[in-house]
Amino acid sequence: MAASTSGKKGGKSTGTRGARKRDTAKANHPPAFGREEELRALRDMLLVRRFEEKAGQLYGMGHIGGFLHLYIGQEAVATGVFMARREQDDVITSYRCHAQELLAGADPKAVMAELTGRLPGVSKGKGGSMHMFHVAGHFWGGHGIVGAQVPLGTGLAFAAHYNGEDRACFAFFGEGAANQGQVYESFNMAALWKLPVIYVIENNRYAMGTEIHRASAKAEELFMRGAAFGIPGEQVDGMDVRAVKDAAERALQHVLAGNGPIILEMQTYRYRGHSMSDPAKYRSREEVQKMREGHDPIEQVKRRLLEAGWATEEDIKAVDAEVRKVVAEAADFAISAELPPEEELWRDVYAEF
Amino acid sequence: MAVVVRMPALSPTMTEGTLAKWLKTEGEAISPGDVIAEVETDKAVMELETEEEGVLAKILVPEGTAGVQVGAPIAVIAEEGEEFDLDALLAESGGAAAAAEETPASEETAQPTANTEAPAAPAVHPGAAATDEDDEESYALNGAPDPARNLSITPPADSDPVLPEGTEFVEQTVREALRDAMAEEMRRDERVFLMGEEVGEYQGAYKVSQGLLDEFGPKRVIDTPITEYGFAGLGIGAAFAGLRPIVEFMTFNFAMQAIDAIINSAAKQRYMSGGEVSVPIVFRGPNGPAARVAGQHSQDYSAWYAHIPGLKVVIPYSAADAKGLLKAAIRDPNPVIFLENEILYGHSFPVPQVEDWVLPIGRARIARAGTDVTIVSYGMGMHYAMQAADALAEEGISAEVIDLRSLRPLDMPAVIRSLKKTNRLITVEEAWPVCSIGAEICRRVMAEAFDWLDAPVLTVNAKDVVLPYAANLEKMALPTVEEVVAAAKHVLYRD
Repeated sequence: MAASTSGKKGGKSTGTRGARKRDTAKANHPPAFGREEELRALRDMLLVRRFEEKAGQLYGMGHIGGFLHLYIGQEAVATGVFMARREQDDVITSYRCHAQELLAGADPKAVMAELTGRLPGVSKGKGGSMHMFHVAGHFWGGHGIVGAQVPLGTGLAFAAHYNGEDRACFAFFGEGAANQGQVYESFNMAALWKLPVIYVIENNRYAMGTEIHRASAKAEELFMRGAAFGIPGEQVDGMDVRAVKDAAERALQHVLAGNGPIILEMQTYRYRGHSMSDPAKYRSREEVQKMREGHDPIEQVKRRLLEAGWATEEDIKAVDAEVRKVVAEAADFAISAELPPEEELWRDVYAEF
Repeated sequence: MAVVVRMPALSPTMTEGTLAKWLKTEGEAISPGDVIAEVETDKAVMELETEEEGVLAKILVPEGTAGVQVGAPIAVIAEEGEEFDLDALLAESGGAAAAAEETPASEETAQPTANTEAPAAPAVHPGAAATDEDDEESYALNGAPDPARNLSITPPADSDPVLPEGTEFVEQTVREALRDAMAEEMRRDERVFLMGEEVGEYQGAYKVSQGLLDEFGPKRVIDTPITEYGFAGLGIGAAFAGLRPIVEFMTFNFAMQAIDAIINSAAKQRYMSGGEVSVPIVFRGPNGPAARVAGQHSQDYSAWYAHIPGLKVVIPYSAADAKGLLKAAIRDPNPVIFLENEILYGHSFPVPQVEDWVLPIGRARIARAGTDVTIVSYGMGMHYAMQAADALAEEGISAEVIDLRSLRPLDMPAVIRSLKKTNRLITVEEAWPVCSIGAEICRRVMAEAFDWLDAPVLTVNAKDVVLPYAANLEKMALPTVEEVVAAAKHVLYRD
């Protein structure tokens, strides 16, 4: 069922035109993946997880400084969206951006070298963890101010619309950013001008240390946040990569058909603290372990691969080993790569004609 | 395979910590996600998680130990029953000391050279900015590095264009000149569009965009909702994708709502991306006090934006400069803040009638030549400066008036050339005095031309108060021609 018909065909409407929860029965059974899709999801999510684990280790060893926000636990969200998006579609996100950077096609070595502040880093070591871009892969960052990427992503969609191009933008933001005023300014303009933008709320339940119910009214229904603007929304199991891909595909069709924006609320969870220096005392260990054991996005894929007989334990281990090798090489490269020389201090402040 | 667990850095400032508690004992099985220890950092007690599978084979630092350096080995994790040689393991994994080496073997870094070159001497057109022959000397700073040198990476390489013999000049208001500039650039480049509050059907809150909707249609002349933060950010995103937005703020007072987008999302973008993402965008609109609109609608933001690396800041006074500089701003690949003035919108100036009147950004103009004292000003400040020069002339004092036109880059060579001629300098602006453009010029003159001064530099500014509504108080709060005359006479010791 196309998202554009939501709330009109007698689907499970929550009372506001356009916005709806996913049908529960359907959410439990999103369209199945084929073998190749399952294997791609496994490999992409493992790459993100192993990369982030290694980054955490390098931080602990003092190779990475400042803020480091890890994506561990949320892998299915970026992976599923990237499986749905076409090459030309734009992506923009917050400071928790390593996954999108990797999935957009950036070289893991260059991404890790950015974290260690080295010249071959994706931003020549001048952006760091929060400011990564991969324009060749239509990934526009990596933005450090909570919510700032939402109007920027709306502007990318505006440019596609202005140029009459077959292109949409996935603008990611957290459930904490969903309370920012500029998000609603963007919703208004995107709906008013029918811009092809998909707002992806990554609801990991904690805005730094603040549990969602302490910060957000109607915390269970963030997908409804566009209702006042007539923007449809959908709540998605963000721990199931199949559900994410399915929702993102339908959302893409919706915006490309000229219907204006749509909101996807991805219900997900981060296993680590907000950043490396967050002791995460605001939630119990049991809660984290419960998510890891019961809902881990990677374990779900592994289980399905084994049950379908599409892969053996050894096959899965081989994928993991291959990814670990990529990540280990990236780390070795990143800690030995050249530092940016002094002239880099002065470069890139201005563009020249 | 056995791995060494090291004391982790768990915050940006942590250099050592206390190993508060071991949560696993030697020989105990562990799996990914398990917490093996509690570490007290300078900020909090953190849980040390492992991503390894195996057993906690050996504890090297007992619990309760304080002052454990980041990177010091604290434990070994191995596979069940695995034998290992601790010394060999430590040596292999980076020794017993802290793990992170300070820096890799660093390459010889070349001194920046492109930045120190003086711009090539351009052709001069009479009456405009003078030559660059003294630039190298004025930038020398006795060998000390200039922290603002990044601006000379894109030096204003050209002077004002040389006008052909017999060029016709037509009197035009600043308002008309700005509209013509936008219309010409929109005809020239499909990527250029105008967005802002009331720019379309209303024809502009101050009628600057008059007629543009009729010519270019609603696709390119876009009325926005009253949401400065949102549409500034949207414009920046559109610029990422290669469009050339002109974002009009009804006044720059309202751009305060959008200043995060302007600074964090536009100005810093190129640098943070290592040159990958450029933001070709113009933010324009009236700036500074108008008349009787009181505190929240009467502020001069010139120094605010001039402070920010990554922005260019242009502030024209005359209609010819408004037109030529706005066209340059639209073509510039960087974010440009273009500060106009509501009172000046209606002032008329001669504008040369040439095919494509584009002026270089970053070049000051000698608005009036003189020999006794230099008056440096910009924007509405020029209004006072020019009248003061007339008044001084009546007393036999020859003032040279420099119109900066651009605050970032700032044409210090032009200021210093004039100072070397007059040896006396004052500045005039409608902004507050603290951390103002005048203050910046004082800093630069102290460093670069101290020996050429025959008197301390004086600045004429708005008073350091919120602009009052009452007509008499408003007048007192703003600079006056009399104050400029008095300052000029003071640096000449003729008061």
